[in-house]
Amino acid sequence: MRVIQYREALREAMSEEMRRDKNVFLMGEEVAEYNGAYKVSQGMLDEFGPDRVIDTPIAELGFAGLGVGAAMNGLRPIIEFMTFNFSLVAIDQIVNSAAKMLAMSGGAYNVPIVFRGATGNAGQLGATHSSNFENWFANTPGLKVVVPSNPYDAKGLLKASIRDNDPVIYMESELMYGDKGEVPEAEYLLPIGVADIKRKGKDVTIVSFGKMMKVALEAAEELAKDGIEAEVIDLRTVRPIDYAAVVESVKKTNRCVVVEEANPLAAISSEITYHLQRNAFDYLDAPVIRVNSMDIPLSYAPTYIDATLPNVKRTLDAVKQVMYK
Amino acid sequence: MAKKSTATKAKAKYSKETYAYWYESMLLMRRFEEKAGQLYGQQKIRGFCHLYIGQEACASGAITALTKDDKWITAYRDHAHPLGLGTDPGAVMAELFGKVTGTTKGKGGSMHIFDKERNFMGGHGIVGAQVPMGLGIGFAEKYQGTKNLCICHMGDGAVRQGAVHEALNLAMLYKTPVIFVIENNGYAMGTSVARTSNVTELYTIGEAYDMPSFPVDGMSVEAVHEAVAEAAERARKGDGPTLLEFRTYRYKGHSMSDPQKYRTREEVEEYKGRDPIEQVKKTIMDNKILTEDEITAIDKKVKKQVEDAVKFAEESPWPDGQDAFKDVYKQEDYPFVME
Repeated sequence: MRVIQYREALREAMSEEMRRDKNVFLMGEEVAEYNGAYKVSQGMLDEFGPDRVIDTPIAELGFAGLGVGAAMNGLRPIIEFMTFNFSLVAIDQIVNSAAKMLAMSGGAYNVPIVFRGATGNAGQLGATHSSNFENWFANTPGLKVVVPSNPYDAKGLLKASIRDNDPVIYMESELMYGDKGEVPEAEYLLPIGVADIKRKGKDVTIVSFGKMMKVALEAAEELAKDGIEAEVIDLRTVRPIDYAAVVESVKKTNRCVVVEEANPLAAISSEITYHLQRNAFDYLDAPVIRVNSMDIPLSYAPTYIDATLPNVKRTLDAVKQVMYK
Repeated sequence: MAKKSTATKAKAKYSKETYAYWYESMLLMRRFEEKAGQLYGQQKIRGFCHLYIGQEACASGAITALTKDDKWITAYRDHAHPLGLGTDPGAVMAELFGKVTGTTKGKGGSMHIFDKERNFMGGHGIVGAQVPMGLGIGFAEKYQGTKNLCICHMGDGAVRQGAVHEALNLAMLYKTPVIFVIENNGYAMGTSVARTSNVTELYTIGEAYDMPSFPVDGMSVEAVHEAVAEAAERARKGDGPTLLEFRTYRYKGHSMSDPQKYRTREEVEEYKGRDPIEQVKKTIMDNKILTEDEITAIDKKVKKQVEDAVKFAEESPWPDGQDAFKDVYKQEDYPFVME
């Protein structure tokens, strides 16, 4: 099968959907003439023209709100945030407008919009460019939150997100745009809300999503060297969460570690842990342990970063702990 | 309505139907809101409730200047616009009560009236948030190649929100067919315009973005109509947005729990002397546009409409609590977390 980059998978998804439906358009900072801050939308201005690939000033609140209004009035906007760190100035339009519109209007106006962009840390970018808000958005009824971990998932899930009739938060990573993976030429969509077992195993379940899947899979490789077979579940979406997939796996392995980049309090890992104690209590042979970023902002120096982010070593330590090794 | 207007005989510039509509729609808004205020006192209406009394011309005059395909959006002082557009007063009143027959089946309440059939797109709760949305609604019209526009109302308080400035800039940049309307009633809740910025001529904020921007007598339904008609022509020609500052006044408090210590009784009375309904009634009488009998018939009709609306709201059932799970997602089998 052909191999393409994560950014190319995203570009293909958007371009295919824009060819399919003229009401789909892309708007954001540097998406058109600059060809995308991370080259995701490279060439799209040439194909679709300036009426459908639209540069904005640096005004996230304004153009996020524009997208919501356009979606209420028949269009299907893709609004790109250069990173979700900048979505915070637009969060009122996401949480109060997009997410609540259908309910608030008694079912009259849905908001078929995709807010997409990078999330989380991407090297030494300092505190304000390194945050994860997956759990913030996942806490908001009305939204769907998609966090794909590889090019294949990225394409199928982005196409599904663009066709979805509800607002979707679609989170990528600067550290994944160059990742390569197999992506078929033929069209396919992946369902929102369905987890994927990325590695089969019987000894312990590792649950993760987004770019932390790299950590989870690398840890599983290391464990295999010691004869421990980890089952690695990629949640793919964190609203809704495919709880059943996690519970089923834990019924088999009886042990679980959750790896997540966000800060720990009220995180997706807490949510998974709650559901396991509630729905798989009798199957657990050890407390669930999570590996999150530490409970602090991410600072600049590499030593601070090492001391803050989840990594393979912390994941291995957590697995050993749940296996009483 | 306290003082008589001292103006000399006003000339009639519009059709009989237009004057009759202005008088009837503004009277309906006034009587509906007066009744809503009473019912709030009786705790039939709960939560927040923001009345439009005094500001009626801002909605009524704009409605006659636009077409039925144009789109409307405003903030939470939102009962009057849909009433003017023809939404059933019973459905609006039932919404204020929280009944299942309300405009959004009791989901929205006073601040979130919607009527898709009449292109009234809410009813929004966060000050200024409707302004980027209004921009987007107009953007969609242009994108789809229609000649329609969006009229986006906001209060004077919204003018100090960043969202509004971003939207004005984007609207001008993209030449979006939007009419931005500031209903300047002088006070953002209890804070006067002068206490919120050095820039008190609110329409001038549009000039910072090269937008055609004008002050309008918001107590005159004719002045509102003229200004909106001119802005609409500009939008339909492809020349983009306009900012209009309607200088108006609300006779009642910001919401129902407002002791109004920030203004004087004299100030309120002065504006009542320029009451929009009395003004248009005078024009109608001076020019014999409607007979006494026709006016009386309108008064009676409106009175009955409001009575019927209250009766309808009173008698309507509450929504089923479990229906709170409906219309959160378009996806019908969305798997909610159920504990």
